[in-house]
Amino acid sequence: MNMRHIFSLLMENESGALSRVAGLFSARGYNIESLSVAPTEDPTLSRMTIVTAGSADVIEQILKQLDKLIEVVKVVNLTEGGHIERELMLVKVSTAEGNTEDIARLVSIFRGHVIDVSDETYTIELTGDVAKLDAFLDALDHNLIVETVRTGASGIGRGNRILNP
Amino acid sequence: MELTGAEIAIRCLKEEGVEHIFGYPGGAVLDIYDAIFRQEKVRHILVRHEQAAAHAADGYARATGKVGVCLVTSGPGVTNAVTGIATAYMDSIPMVILSGQVSVAAIGQDAFQEVDTVGITRPCVKHNILVKDVRDLAPAIKKAFHIASTGRPGPVLVDIPKDVSQKKTEFNYPAKVQLRSYHPASKGEPEMLRQVIQVIMNARRPMIYAGGGVVLSNASDELTRFARLLNFPVTNTLMGLGAYPATDSQFVGMPGMHGTFEANMAMQNCDVLIGIGARFDDRVIGNPAHFFEATRKIIHIDIDPTSISKRVPVDLPVVGNVKDVLKQLLGLLEASREKPEAVALGEWWKQIELWRSRDCLRFDRHSEVIKPQLVVDTLYHVTAGKAIVTSDVGQHQMWAAQFYKFDRPRRWINSGGLGTMGVGLPYAMGVQTAFPDETVACVTGEASIQMCIQELSTCKQYHLPIKIVNLNNRYMGMVRQWQEFFYGNRYAESYIDALPDFVRLAESYGHVGMRIDKPSDVEGALKEAFKLKDRLVFMDFITDQTENVYPMVPSGKGMSEMILV
Ligand SMILES: Cc1ncc(C[n+]2csc(CCOP(=O)(O)OP(=O)(O)O)c2C)c(N)n1
Ligand SMILES: [Mg+2]
Repeated sequence: MNMRHIFSLLMENESGALSRVAGLFSARGYNIESLSVAPTEDPTLSRMTIVTAGSADVIEQILKQLDKLIEVVKVVNLTEGGHIERELMLVKVSTAEGNTEDIARLVSIFRGHVIDVSDETYTIELTGDVAKLDAFLDALDHNLIVETVRTGASGIGRGNRILNP
Repeated sequence: MELTGAEIAIRCLKEEGVEHIFGYPGGAVLDIYDAIFRQEKVRHILVRHEQAAAHAADGYARATGKVGVCLVTSGPGVTNAVTGIATAYMDSIPMVILSGQVSVAAIGQDAFQEVDTVGITRPCVKHNILVKDVRDLAPAIKKAFHIASTGRPGPVLVDIPKDVSQKKTEFNYPAKVQLRSYHPASKGEPEMLRQVIQVIMNARRPMIYAGGGVVLSNASDELTRFARLLNFPVTNTLMGLGAYPATDSQFVGMPGMHGTFEANMAMQNCDVLIGIGARFDDRVIGNPAHFFEATRKIIHIDIDPTSISKRVPVDLPVVGNVKDVLKQLLGLLEASREKPEAVALGEWWKQIELWRSRDCLRFDRHSEVIKPQLVVDTLYHVTAGKAIVTSDVGQHQMWAAQFYKFDRPRRWINSGGLGTMGVGLPYAMGVQTAFPDETVACVTGEASIQMCIQELSTCKQYHLPIKIVNLNNRYMGMVRQWQEFFYGNRYAESYIDALPDFVRLAESYGHVGMRIDKPSDVEGALKEAFKLKDRLVFMDFITDQTENVYPMVPSGKGMSEMILV
């Protein structure tokens, strides 16, 4: 059975490290649902979150293969314990039909913010787990959506589940 | 004192104890060649094609256990070498490739002879590094040698832009490398090893399945002691041949697609399978579903965690360096008062001897035409089993593996994982360069040898007295065999037409050529050739055109579903 898993990685902040990870997934036929990466407070390290899906065997292989990459310092499967996951989404919706109140109400129900306004559009910012963002999109009238941008999930362990180099 | 990047590169090689490198010059590496010219320690072997440079460095590494080194220019130099790099990668061979690159400022500009070397080679190297600052060069080369030769070995490429090789900096070779992200395993986990001993002691039909990892970690002695202590049967994979002595009675031959009947039957029917530095390759276990119709406990010792439970689920995984783990197991065995189940083991050996008596490798020794098996068998006797044998890829490779009995490791040099035609001659060059006084034979086919035939010129220049044994069946025999078995005898493009006269070809390169077409001449010709100690001899054996390799496990079938003679 294919289950969703979230891997969290610490890796050397070197050019080429990202393509090694991406190349591994494509070369071995693993799927990537989302991938997000940025440097950490230690500029020599990057932190990456990869959301993938696969059978237990495949997930175990992915973990081992990631660990084998020379630039990967640490990798954990966050799904195996308590963890928090957040994603940021920006959605631009059309207000041409004068529906601003409906939209504002929906945004507040989902605890989002309208962060930009033009004559015909609202741009909304929303964070949450993947399911919440999906639910928000479902609740919107699809004809109104002009553009969406999602960062992919970022994950972190709960409490003293800490990923140190 | 400040040195240029080019000088630093060569000084690093000296520091690493490198005596030979294989390469081919070009614009981006001219400064490095100039640095080579101005010193004497590192000897450069000029090949005739960069593919051969990579293969020769790879062969050198396989035979010596040291890191093989090659040097190629940017662009086409690198792309030519890719086949050789991938070949080494698939067989986990320690190798460092130095490649030239266009100057840093020109990278990304589609400059003359620019390719994205790091990108092109990324999937077929253990690691690669583009050096953008001359101050990073020495640490990068140190790191390359460290990564190539530790853990599960593999090729590492260092890409050196031309201006980096020209700029100057102070030379300091780092004494050690510390990589926070790289910690190869050494010893096995003690608790797991205690369980392994328990399972071994209770085995009724045990089987040792040892692969290239035993050779790579120089653990042949430990493996031999381990197997003898237990009196367990041993099979060596194509990559592991020589890890356990082939002439020993506990050796049951090679397993897999062209393995022996007894090895395959024992692998399929054992109740405890001890995999050591082997990776349950598809060419070994055949159809995994069929393999699992039989139930057995699998112990798997390997340095690479990704090799464990990749193709087959393993009951007792031991991550560690094969040599260290075998030493630990030997310690536990020697301290233990238990012995394996003697009666059951006796029964198991009786069964194995019965399988062995099937004599699955028999062939017609009285044929009118030369049987390829006869040539390899005679080669074995004429060289008293002491040659280092390289091979290409095809039927001849399988016959060499089946009929030349390797009693020691690093004497059988072939491309197992990638199956690269063309490796045979450059491998022999690497081996002969490392061991000028050893007998080196290259068992090849008329199709494979033509993939790197230009290297006859290199052999002339460096006086490499390789003995080429060409099993000339005028077919891409291995392709023809599949077409005969699985494609209704439709021999699409597997006939090698318009062959050169190999005797005159060898002579034109300044070597000795011999053509042998009668079985009665085989032994005499081989003896004569091996007497010519300081000459390369090309022996063109005109062999049976339609001989097939047996046994054969057709792809998709199980290990015990062999086609036999
Ligand atoms: C570079 C490369 N191309 C194609 C193949 C596929 N292939 C495997 S064996 C073989 C035929 C080899 O013919 P030959 O060298 O004459 O050996 P024989 O099988 O006749 O002994 C071919 C084409 C390969 N292994 N390597
Ligand atoms: Mg042939």
